[in-house]
Amino acid sequence: MAGSLVSIDGVSKTYGEHGPLVLNNVSFNIAKGEVISILGKSGCGKSTLLNCIGGFEAMNEGQVLLDGKPITKPSKRCVMLMQNYGLLPWRSVRKNVELGLESAGLPKQEAEERVTHYLQMVGLTDRATSLPSELSGGMQQRVAIARALAIQPEVILMDEPFGALDTFTRYYLQDELMQIQQREKMTIILVTHDIDEALYLSDRIFIMKPNPGEIHKEVSLKLAKPRDRSDSDFQHYRELIFNEFQFTQEKATIEFNI
Amino acid sequence: MARLKRFPFIVMGFVLLIAVWQIAAIIGGHQAALFPPPLKVGEALVSIIVDGSIFTHIQISLFRFFTGYVTAVFVAVLLGLVLGRLPVVWQVLDPVVQVLRPVSPIAWSPFIVLWFGIGNMPAIVIIFIAAFFPVLLSTVSAVKKVDKTYLRIAANFEMSQVETLWKIVLPASFPMVANGLHMALGAAWIFLVAGEMVGAQSGLGFLIVDARNSLSLDLVMACIVVIGGLGLILDKGIHYFETWVNRIWGGTQ
Repeated sequence: MAGSLVSIDGVSKTYGEHGPLVLNNVSFNIAKGEVISILGKSGCGKSTLLNCIGGFEAMNEGQVLLDGKPITKPSKRCVMLMQNYGLLPWRSVRKNVELGLESAGLPKQEAEERVTHYLQMVGLTDRATSLPSELSGGMQQRVAIARALAIQPEVILMDEPFGALDTFTRYYLQDELMQIQQREKMTIILVTHDIDEALYLSDRIFIMKPNPGEIHKEVSLKLAKPRDRSDSDFQHYRELIFNEFQFTQEKATIEFNI
Repeated sequence: MARLKRFPFIVMGFVLLIAVWQIAAIIGGHQAALFPPPLKVGEALVSIIVDGSIFTHIQISLFRFFTGYVTAVFVAVLLGLVLGRLPVVWQVLDPVVQVLRPVSPIAWSPFIVLWFGIGNMPAIVIIFIAAFFPVLLSTVSAVKKVDKTYLRIAANFEMSQVETLWKIVLPASFPMVANGLHMALGAAWIFLVAGEMVGAQSGLGFLIVDARNSLSLDLVMACIVVIGGLGLILDKGIHYFETWVNRIWGGTQ
């Protein structure tokens, strides 16, 4: 599709030769600067889909196009944020953020300026020399966000990035992420099982259902950002999605009743 | 504080050892030349310290020890990093290593003397062999256990193989490697003495052989005390290194 940055085109995947179908003919397009959520229960294949988009896993059929070119392996253009942050514990905060820039061939001064800039953006300038183990979970994820932003990728993939955090830190980081996204206009693909998180952050939500993993429904959110979690429109969309899950759950109970 | 509390126990242990030793010397009724009592060993120890001869031997022993040990660590860690990343190659080499590993380095001594002559080399080679396998095996298994998340990050940031080894795999496996270094240090120190009994004309191992040949068993015992003491110091040293590694790397442990 013209004008889209990422095109997911008929992606199917099975594990092993005759394994179960994990992804079945998944197709959608993402425009530049869009925030997309893939929402679903555990085991619906949403993380697998994200891994395929990032080039971390191969698919059996279909392709993922970034700017019209197929993704075959992980690259700096498409950075993944992990749930366990993936910080290198032996490097200071600053050295962690610098990691992706070291082989980029940037002049030293420019690299340092960039690190400083993004550390400031996530509000961790004063913790630059700390080790990750000395930071809270929320701070660690902010370091990971700064590290991803520092290499200025076109797409950021997030696999339940705030899943391990407590509710307050999660809300706080969601706010922060949204502000950064508004400023930097990066494209984000977010995998989550948190309905509120998807509603708060995304422009569009894709609801996935399992066995086989398929896009069940697409919801476009026509709400201005920043959003109010208690707003009535917000609640309206919440209910809409909630109903969708009731539906998929009913179907699932038959299969999972053992 | 904990060390201060432990101190009386340490003193007690050594007092007990010396007491048993002294009692055994008295009750046993052996000649002092055959079973030297503590005091005589103490005298011998003081005499070699005063005339300074022990320090020359310690110096040359430590030189051989560190040459063999550091070379072994260097080669084994490098090899382990690469082999740990090549599981198929390792499957071929692992059985070979398992056959070679249990062979005492001393068993190779006839070949070592033939190939490397006498002097410093036999001891260095024997220490090398003793340290090599523990470090190699712990490095390979450490590399295999490196968190897959780190490797995904390396791929995501488009790191080359060499960069991945240097920036991700080596530091990530370092705590386990450090543990291997500790084990290897003990093993290598044990084989130092044996190594110096093979074709060396100096060093602590040679000193023991030399003292035996002149039937100065008090000197033999004094040498044993020195070897034990130095071994303890080396072990403590690497223990502090290991603690430091674990503190820095503590985040993922």
